[in-house]
Amino acid sequence: MDDVGSSRNAHAPLVDISRVSKSFGSNEVLKDVSLQVEKGQVVCIIGPSGSGKSTLLNCVNHLEPIDSGSIKTAGQYIGYRREKDGLHKLSEYAAAKQRRAVGMVFQQFNLFPHMTVRENVTFSQTHVLKRSRTEATTIAGDLLARVGLGEKGDAYPSSLSGGQQQRVAIARALALDPQVMLFDEPTSALDPELVDDVLVVMKKLAASGMTMLVVTHELGFAREVADVVVFMADGKIVETGDPTSVLENPVEARTRQFISRIH
Amino acid sequence: MTAVQTPQKALPEPLAIHRRKTRLSWMFAGLLVLIAMFAAVSVFGNENFGWPVVAQYFFNIQILEGLGRTVLLTAVAMSIGIILGVVLAVMRLSDNVVLQSVSWLYTWFFRSIPQLVQLIFWFNFAALYRSIVVGIPFGPELFAWNTNDIITPWSAAILGFGLSQAAYTGEVMRAGINSVSDGQRRAAKAQGMTPMLSFFRIIFPQAMRVIIPPVGNELISMVKNTALVSTIALADLLYSAQLIYSRNFETIPLLIVATLWYLVIVSLLSIGQHYIEKHYNRG
Repeated sequence: MDDVGSSRNAHAPLVDISRVSKSFGSNEVLKDVSLQVEKGQVVCIIGPSGSGKSTLLNCVNHLEPIDSGSIKTAGQYIGYRREKDGLHKLSEYAAAKQRRAVGMVFQQFNLFPHMTVRENVTFSQTHVLKRSRTEATTIAGDLLARVGLGEKGDAYPSSLSGGQQQRVAIARALALDPQVMLFDEPTSALDPELVDDVLVVMKKLAASGMTMLVVTHELGFAREVADVVVFMADGKIVETGDPTSVLENPVEARTRQFISRIH
Repeated sequence: MTAVQTPQKALPEPLAIHRRKTRLSWMFAGLLVLIAMFAAVSVFGNENFGWPVVAQYFFNIQILEGLGRTVLLTAVAMSIGIILGVVLAVMRLSDNVVLQSVSWLYTWFFRSIPQLVQLIFWFNFAALYRSIVVGIPFGPELFAWNTNDIITPWSAAILGFGLSQAAYTGEVMRAGINSVSDGQRRAAKAQGMTPMLSFFRIIFPQAMRVIIPPVGNELISMVKNTALVSTIALADLLYSAQLIYSRNFETIPLLIVATLWYLVIVSLLSIGQHYIEKHYNRG
């Protein structure tokens, strides 16, 4: 096992979550969780609220620190430095640099309300990646067209519908050329008729070969798009497998109970 | 699928909506206009106000110099108050308990002491420390000054107003920064922004919407509070007027000159505040 240096190993997973545990105070939200996402895979995490699925996602790009174990994303332990005796926490500045490899889409969109749609998509390109303004604007134009909002560049987020805002958020995350995209319940805050617009964009993204880790309640999306479905409950991974086995013929009683309730 | 049934019977005509009758408020407004007219006639018709003297001194060089000092002192002290206020707010919101406590203590201390007392205290700082020395503790001295050379009415006023203003502004900034949702911080982080970039370009501009109105208030208060510097013989707008009327005994007209200039400054600041608010409320 070679843990030092970048992973040039062709078989190394793009996201390698290994025996991760985490508590908020006395509440243990992740209990010895391990999960691997290969390059180009779409992995959907489903499970009841409070099962730790969103926390796990937040740990992947170090928005939340972990208590033990390790997460290696795109060849780096984001937020940590590997040494012989384990992982040592890095500064927020170093973590910021590592996070560029990971894009994230939030349940509440979290667009920057004081910037136009175009500025939302160009800001990190010019200020984090130091791209030129012209290059960033061209890339933003392409991405906004890709999510079906080519006309909305000059609008402010508050004038857009939830579905449009979420699609801008996807464009914003893609603008940094991430190797992995994390989606934290991307459609849970949307009106039912707007969900499909966002799912269509996500399906296109999956078809283009993007590696995606998606926390979702949309079992239809998981069935159609996911390579692997993970069912989590009480901070543990209960069941993992291809969509048919987990969603149609679950082995565990806990999974069966959850899926019958959501249908 | 059946079509929606159209009602067989015709519905009655829609009722007309009438505006509320506001005769009483018109009468009240008329009364107020009348009172205002009487007041204007009485003020401008009363020779004791000395309007010709007001006109004579309005652009007096001593008054204009005093006006300049008032504006300059306000600008410098408020700048210190804002910059130090941001530092205090960031310290207070940090994870570091020592920084939090220092910020809290500072705010508690400087908000507790009357402005006038601080002003006189700084002016008499030489009574506490004869000289001010910069050096390595228990090591060599690098710079040394005689306190009386450093503490002038100007520096005392800037310290007195700037340091206490920071305590107030810091609290406003803290509330403003807290008003920005945590999702914004997380989104900035996820976009690879460093803490500095996230604070100055994402969090702070949004906090400004909450910060500007109370800071505008504080600024307007300070314009007038600077009149306290007459106690340490700094010739600001009010003290310049006082110096003139102590010679010519035209007390009321010169106070009116000062009052009119305060009105002008505060009006200009209010207009400026309007445009700054508009800028930060976009989106």
